[in-house]
Amino acid sequence: MAELNVTETQLRKQRGPFAEVMHRLSKSPLAMFGLGFIFLLVFCAVFANWLAPYPFAKQNLLHMFELPSAKYWLGTDEFGRDILSRLIFGARVSLQVGFIAVGISLIVGGLLGAFAGFYGGTLDNMIMRVMDVLLAIPQTLLAIAIAAALGPGLYNLMIAVGISAVPNYARIVRGSVLSIRGMEYVEAARAVGSSDLRIILRHIIPNSMAPIIVQSTLGVASAILNAAGLSFIGLGIQPPNPEWGAMLSGGRQYIRDFPHLTLYPGLAIMLTILALNFLGDGLRDALDPKLKR
Amino acid sequence: MLRYIFRRVLFLIPVLVGVAFCVFLLLYLTPGDPAKMVLGDLATEQAIQEFREKEGLNDPFWIRFGKYVYKAVVKGDIGRSYSSKTPVMKELMAAFPATIKLSGFAMIIAVIIGLPCGIISAIKQYSVFDTITMIFAMIGLSMPVFWLGLLMILLFSVKLRWLPSSGFDTFKAMILPSFALSAQAISMVTRMTRSSMLEVIRADYIRTVRAKGQTERVVIWGHALHNALIPVMTIVGLQFGHLLSGAMLTESIFAVPGLGRLMVTSIMARDYPMVQGAVLFVATAFSVVNLLVDILYAYVDPRIKAQYK
Repeated sequence: MAELNVTETQLRKQRGPFAEVMHRLSKSPLAMFGLGFIFLLVFCAVFANWLAPYPFAKQNLLHMFELPSAKYWLGTDEFGRDILSRLIFGARVSLQVGFIAVGISLIVGGLLGAFAGFYGGTLDNMIMRVMDVLLAIPQTLLAIAIAAALGPGLYNLMIAVGISAVPNYARIVRGSVLSIRGMEYVEAARAVGSSDLRIILRHIIPNSMAPIIVQSTLGVASAILNAAGLSFIGLGIQPPNPEWGAMLSGGRQYIRDFPHLTLYPGLAIMLTILALNFLGDGLRDALDPKLKR
Repeated sequence: MLRYIFRRVLFLIPVLVGVAFCVFLLLYLTPGDPAKMVLGDLATEQAIQEFREKEGLNDPFWIRFGKYVYKAVVKGDIGRSYSSKTPVMKELMAAFPATIKLSGFAMIIAVIIGLPCGIISAIKQYSVFDTITMIFAMIGLSMPVFWLGLLMILLFSVKLRWLPSSGFDTFKAMILPSFALSAQAISMVTRMTRSSMLEVIRADYIRTVRAKGQTERVVIWGHALHNALIPVMTIVGLQFGHLLSGAMLTESIFAVPGLGRLMVTSIMARDYPMVQGAVLFVATAFSVVNLLVDILYAYVDPRIKAQYK
C-alpha cells in the first residue's frame, strides 16, 4: 500500500505544470466541452476555405430566404447567400477579434499593471488613477466611444474592444505582481544580485500567470460579445464580410417571416461565449486547487 | 463616516474631469469635420468658417477643453446638439427617464430572481437544483442581449402576440426589454450570491452558531445571509454600469426612446456634443451609483467604518 502511494506521487511529480493542469481540467466535463468546442471553431476558422460549401459573399437571387434544406443546410439569407458558409467564415472574424483584442489588452494592460505593481510609488499612483478614470466609463460604452472615433473596420474593432478592457488587466496584473513582489523567493533572487528585468521575467511573470490566464479566457468571451454588439449597431465589420453580430443585425428586419436569419448567427455567438466561459471557469479551478471546494 | 463620504465625493471630481478629457480627446481625434457634417456637403467655405468660429472649433485643443469644463461646471451647459440645435442637457434629460426605468426594472428583476436562486443553490450545493441553476446562469451570462431581445420578440410578439415588440410607454411594453436586459444581471447576482454564501457557510462563526444548537433557519437567515450579502451589493452596483451600457443595445432593438438610442443615432450623425454629453452623463451616473454602494457598504460592514472613525 505504502509502495503504491510512493509511485503515485512520483508519477504526479513527473508531470509538468501544463500536463498537471490539463489533467485536472479533464475532470470537468463542462470545461472539456468548452475546450472541444473552441478547437472545433479554430478548425473551422483555419480551414474555412475547404469546409464552407459556398463562398461567403456569393449571392444567388433565385434562392433568397430559403429554409434549411439538403442543399443549404442552414438556409439562405436576404441575398441568397448560404448561411452555414457565412457562419464558418464568421468564426474566423470572431476568433481573430477575440484573441487579438485580448492580446492588445493583455500587452498594454499587463505592462502598465506590472510596472505599477513592481515599482509602486508615484508611477503606481499615476497609472492607477488613469485606470480609475477609464473604469468610470462602462466597458461597452468605452468600446463604442473608441469605435466611433476610429471608424468601422476589422482592425479598428479589435483596437476598440482591446483598449476598452485594458483597465481590467492592469488591475489584475498589478494585484498579482504586488502579492508576489513581497515573496521570499523574490527577496532571495534580489539578494543574489538578479537584475529587475531578470526578476520580472523569471520570477514574477511565471508566478502571476494563473489569474491572468483565467481572465484572458473569460476576456476572449467578452471581447467576442462586445465586438458582436458593436457590429450589431453598425460600428464594426461592414458588409458583405461575414460577422455574426452583423449577420444578426442584417437579418433583424426579416425576423417576422424568416427567423432563421437571426437564429443561427445568435446561436453561434452564444455557444462560443458559453464554451469560453465554461473553459474559463474550469481553468480557474484547475489552476488554483486551493479554491476548489 | 462623514469624513469617508466627503473623501469619496471629493475623489469623484478628478475622475469625472478625467472622463470628460478622455471623451473630448477621442472626439477630437475622430476624422471628419463636424462643420461639414452639420452644414452638409453643399455648404460654402465661408459658412463653414463661420460655423467653426462660432462653435469655437478653431481654438487650440486645451482652450476648447477648458471652455467645455468651465461651462459644464459653472452653468451646467454641455453644448448644443449639432443636428437638433437644442441644448444637449435638455435632450439627455428627456431621454434619461426611459433608460433609468429600464435599467432599474432590470436590476429589480435580477435581485428578485437572482438572490433566492443563489441562496438555495448554496444551501443545497451539488443538488439537482444547484446544477441546473448554475448551467442556466452560465447560459444567461453567455447570451448576447441583442439576440435574447430578438428571440423574445419572436416568441412573445410575433408567435404568441402577447406583448408589444417596441415602445416603452405602457407597462406591457416595458416587460420584454426589462427581462431581456436583466438576463446577464440575474446570472451575475445568482453566481455571486452562491459563491459568497458558500464562503460564509464555511466560516468559523457559522460553525459556532451550529455548535450551540441553533436551527438551520436561524443559521441561514439570522447569521449567514447578512454577511453573505455584502459582496453581492458590490456586484449589484457594478452591474448597474453594465445595465446602462446594455441598455444601449436593448433600446435600439425595442425602440425605447432612451439614452442608448439617442447615443447610437448621435454617433452615426457625428453629433459630437451629444456623444460627449451622453458618455459623460452615463459615466457620472455610474460613478454616483458606485459611490452610493460604497457608502452603503461601509455602513453595513463595521470593519470598513472603523477605518475612518
